[in-house]
Amino acid sequence: MNIFKKMLGDRDIELLIGKQLRTGVVTASCIALLGGIFYLVQQGAASVPDYSHFKGEGAEYTSFRGIFHGVAAGSATEFIQLGVLVLLATPILRIFFSLIAFALEKDRLYVFITTLVLGIILFSMFGGLKI
Amino acid sequence: MNILIFSLILLAGAYVAGLLGSLTGLGGGVILIPLLTLVFHVDIRYAIGVALLASIANSSGAATAYIKEGITNIRLGMFLEIATTAGAVGGALLAIFTPVNTIAILLGVVLIFSAAMTIRKKHEHAEQTGSKLSYLLKLNSSYPTPTGEVSYKLKNVAGGFGIMLIAGVLSGLLGIGSGALKVLAMDSTMRIPFKVSTTTSNFMIGVTAAASAVVYLQRGYIDPGMAFPVVLGVLGGAFTGARLLTFINARTLRIIFCAAITFVALEMIYNGLNHQF
Repeated sequence: MNIFKKMLGDRDIELLIGKQLRTGVVTASCIALLGGIFYLVQQGAASVPDYSHFKGEGAEYTSFRGIFHGVAAGSATEFIQLGVLVLLATPILRIFFSLIAFALEKDRLYVFITTLVLGIILFSMFGGLKI
Repeated sequence: MNILIFSLILLAGAYVAGLLGSLTGLGGGVILIPLLTLVFHVDIRYAIGVALLASIANSSGAATAYIKEGITNIRLGMFLEIATTAGAVGGALLAIFTPVNTIAILLGVVLIFSAAMTIRKKHEHAEQTGSKLSYLLKLNSSYPTPTGEVSYKLKNVAGGFGIMLIAGVLSGLLGIGSGALKVLAMDSTMRIPFKVSTTTSNFMIGVTAAASAVVYLQRGYIDPGMAFPVVLGVLGGAFTGARLLTFINARTLRIIFCAAITFVALEMIYNGLNHQF
């Protein structure tokens, strides 16, 4: 534990978090860009779907299984949604990093606070709130 | 119109939204929703879905630089995220029961409030006496300035936490970062120096938006055809804006844009009152 602490000072972990955030956004943008180009090549000439009335997206765009299934099948739109997933995961992953940082500092109060925030987000992900 | 042209126009529009959001300090999402609904006639629910994505991208992209400079107060951000994420989840739930026209009117009101907030006088003084809670939660810190490290202490932590809860609900309900309310909580209530409150607020927006975005994604609000031009456009615009800010004086620009945004907000409210959404 002490060796870790020496290797990763408070400031280093902050910088690591900063880098992780940027990497996440860059990765998500690249996936979205690639998916977008494929999407335009495949369907660019088709007419625009009617966005003026809300229908809601189907399972292919709204669930892990649907998105990964589509990506495996080589569908451009699911590939874009994969970029969306990476983007959503970026701040959530940041909380994980903060949790590790506070644990290394043995800051119990902030381990508790960070776990609470993580718990709220995970509840929001898996709590079946979509209705 | 075919998909190619629509995507390119959307990309350009999102770029402008990101640029204006960065120059005014309002954030890209807030400008994106009126643009999508009033100009592109997109249903407000789709607009909210992609605006949340834009907020996450913006916040996470910009946070890196601020953390590097050591201005962001990470403990404070973490503590207040309890309030904003809980509020955001609540707001996303509330959105199901809220008529879209009410959402549009609320958004217009928040937009006007945000515009007013960006031109008000800023709190730059660093307080030297903190409240009890600020010591208990280890929230007092210091930040670098051109004249060296300045330490600051926090007042009225509970009050700030309460405003953050409201900021979270609005963020979840309207799909915006609600940076203005976050700054209000930190700046005016907890008396934190302006630079610290803006960067910490920006740091928190990504997590707050993610908390409600996961609900909206599952509810089918996020469309891939709109997501990619919007995310790329807003990020590009924000990047350009940040570059421009270092060598132009944004004060006059800010006032002009804020006036323009107030007109847009009034149109949102007007249309909302006439049940146009």
